[in-house]
Amino acid sequence: MPDYTIVESVKNKFNIVCAWQEKYKDNIPKSNSELWIERVLILSAGIFILAILLITLFIFAKGIPLIAKTGISEFLFNTEWNPLKGKFGIGSMFIGSLAVTFGALLWAVPLGLITAVFMAEVAPVKTRDILGSFIELLAGIPSVVYGFFGLIVVVPFIRENFGGSGMSILAGVFILGIMILPTIINISRDSILAVPKEYKENSLALGATHYQTIRRVIIPAARSGIVTAVVLGMGRAIGETMAVVMVTGNAAIVPDSILSPVRTMTSNIVLEMGYAAGDHQAALFGTGTVLFIFIVVLNLVVDIFAKAGISNENR
Amino acid sequence: MRTVNLREKLLTGVFWLAALAIAAILMVIIGYVVLKGISSVNFEFLFSPPARAGKEGGISTTIISTLYLVLGSLVLAVPIGVASAVYLEEYAHKNSRFAYLVNLTAETLAGIPSIVFGLFGFVFFVIFLGWGWSILSGAMTMAIMILPTITRTSQEAILAVPREYRENSLALGAGKWQTIRKIVLPSALPGIATGIILSIGRAVGETAALLLTAGSSLGMPASVTDPARTMAVHLYILAMEGISMERAFGTAFVIILFIVIINYAAHYGMKRLFPLKK
Amino acid sequence: MKNIIKIKSRGLKVFYGNFQALYDIDMDIESNKVTALIGPSGCGKSTFLRSINRLNELIDGVRIEGQIYIDDKPVYEKDVDVVALRKKVGMVFQKPSAFPMSIYENVAYGPRIHGIKDKRTLDEIVEKSLKAANLWDEVRDRLKSPATGLSGGQQQRLVIARVLAVNPEVILMDEPASALDPVSTARLEELIAELRTDYTIVIVTHNMQQAARVSDYTGFFLNGRLVEYNRTDELFVNPRDKRTEDYITGRFG
Repeated sequence: MPDYTIVESVKNKFNIVCAWQEKYKDNIPKSNSELWIERVLILSAGIFILAILLITLFIFAKGIPLIAKTGISEFLFNTEWNPLKGKFGIGSMFIGSLAVTFGALLWAVPLGLITAVFMAEVAPVKTRDILGSFIELLAGIPSVVYGFFGLIVVVPFIRENFGGSGMSILAGVFILGIMILPTIINISRDSILAVPKEYKENSLALGATHYQTIRRVIIPAARSGIVTAVVLGMGRAIGETMAVVMVTGNAAIVPDSILSPVRTMTSNIVLEMGYAAGDHQAALFGTGTVLFIFIVVLNLVVDIFAKAGISNENR
Repeated sequence: MRTVNLREKLLTGVFWLAALAIAAILMVIIGYVVLKGISSVNFEFLFSPPARAGKEGGISTTIISTLYLVLGSLVLAVPIGVASAVYLEEYAHKNSRFAYLVNLTAETLAGIPSIVFGLFGFVFFVIFLGWGWSILSGAMTMAIMILPTITRTSQEAILAVPREYRENSLALGAGKWQTIRKIVLPSALPGIATGIILSIGRAVGETAALLLTAGSSLGMPASVTDPARTMAVHLYILAMEGISMERAFGTAFVIILFIVIINYAAHYGMKRLFPLKK
Repeated sequence: MKNIIKIKSRGLKVFYGNFQALYDIDMDIESNKVTALIGPSGCGKSTFLRSINRLNELIDGVRIEGQIYIDDKPVYEKDVDVVALRKKVGMVFQKPSAFPMSIYENVAYGPRIHGIKDKRTLDEIVEKSLKAANLWDEVRDRLKSPATGLSGGQQQRLVIARVLAVNPEVILMDEPASALDPVSTARLEELIAELRTDYTIVIVTHNMQQAARVSDYTGFFLNGRLVEYNRTDELFVNPRDKRTEDYITGRFG
């Protein structure tokens, strides 16, 4: 084999990591204008950090005093939401968010995973490509359109076939599930595709069937990616607003069945922001604060899983 | 052997069924909106302003407002997003804490729900900076929302530029910035364009954040400080308040049409960037 | 005109992190000659080549000691203008790499970078360079079409034209023919022979026949050391070092 560059051969022989992406960043003598350009670029990148700081600061500043005044557990778990009486407990909405989110995961995760495996391992190239563009489109449809479809089609369907008003957890679960399918499919498919070919070849060479190999070798190897997919899907579901607000009826009550209407934390904000003032408005920011913390924690979990995945591969 | 065969066949069936279900869901949603909406859409619907809170008339002002907001957010987000990508891929050191932080915040920003962006835009742009419900507040908020998409796709596109291009350019005596501007960025352009197109899609469909930052005024915005109602917000209000289902369908149809066109364009851009893949 | 030394290496050491890639290289490279560097993979010859135009510095964690002189001027000094150095010392890489722009723009890229804007001057440079690279006749009718449509061999000659357009004095070639078919390789070797009259050429190659065919001098590198350096006819016929003999007779590799 010819030495591609010295870098490659050094890397292979002595295991020194110096890929091109890491190099050519240093030591290049810089003129004055080059230095200025670099400063402008750094400043641009800094806007990300500034944005997240401002978002955290302003939402917390509006939300946390009210939460503190109400008491954290009172705010989170009390189910009485009555702004007129100054009662700000988001317990029912907390339950509402969790109910629609886990309901959506319940059916979207299995369907999404099967589809991901299908695309990565089973489908003919043409089918895979067509399905891929379908999923891209599914991801591109705005949530308000999903909500509209839910309102016009899913809600009446539930009302006629299962009773109640149709505006229900079930409607939310159905629409949200569709909306998180692309996230689950894309990420788990990529992680399945990233499983080294040798695993599969070795398993097949041992006499395992393709499906045994998928179940016992490929899926376990792609585990961390699949978990990431589920967690990100969960984040998307918890944060979703428009679709949910249009189909779940939005009653701030603790639901007693899947046909019962429910209000999520996101719905609470979008429904009342238009006219809220004073403590009421602050309570909506408090709801946003809870949501924000939830999402950031989920992201951290994903980060940890992604890192675990990398160290697994290095093992 | 027979039982194994049967099981494998059954499993294959399950796989195809799942794929079919996904395709069916998409077909039903798009088909329904298109079939129900296409009859309401005509020249008059597209080019006349809404009347009686949207009960009558068309959606011209909401189309214009959508375009303003999309353009405004792109003008803000594209330069910053691409510049950040260039910094992260071409300048930052591998172990730079700053770059790590930027990557992490980009990831976090990408995960924040739009309603939270809406809250922030409301308290910061609308109230704190005193810009009120306006195109400016909406575009600023949306710019922050689409920044991560633009930066991510640009980063990937820059990463895909063969290192030989850079080496050759540098060996010819070009400076670093010259190399980036004349070789790296032009080569990465299709990928960057894809990111921009995807962001347009997101902006066209955005509702929650804009409801809180750009308001829902139906008038034709005359300046960036005027409030505006986009198509997506219009659809929400028409449907939720039961103003006119016929016009809601028409609006949904126009939005879907936008999204399909945008998706096709993005796909095409990707194909140009990675012509050899697959 | 005889025996002018163009490039002089004195005690050159290169480290990548803890790994030493080159040990005390002393080497004199003659002007207007072709000097070939041969040796097994990872032996340091590419590193040496990249040290001459300071392209090695692009790698993180690299450390360079010793000195290289071009026209008796040191290359590794604080106040050396790297851009001017790289203008003077062109480089052709292993993989033919036309930029994704037109043939014309590829060749005009260097001159433009160095501030030439006049259209007619650029036209002249492009034509002259393409002619010198033996490519003009094949592309004169399609200068505006994308360079990526050229064959590998044509791309490599285009890369050489692009280097020539900057008007260098030295041309470094890092296995320029390894990705080419035999016919293209033969054309490239012809070109190298022609270029020798105007340029000092240093070429890294794996192909010993190629080294023997095109070069006046040959240096044999092994494990980061310059084992033997001599006139090509001498080195291939009468290697002084046992290791050189083993290598050129194919006894290890």
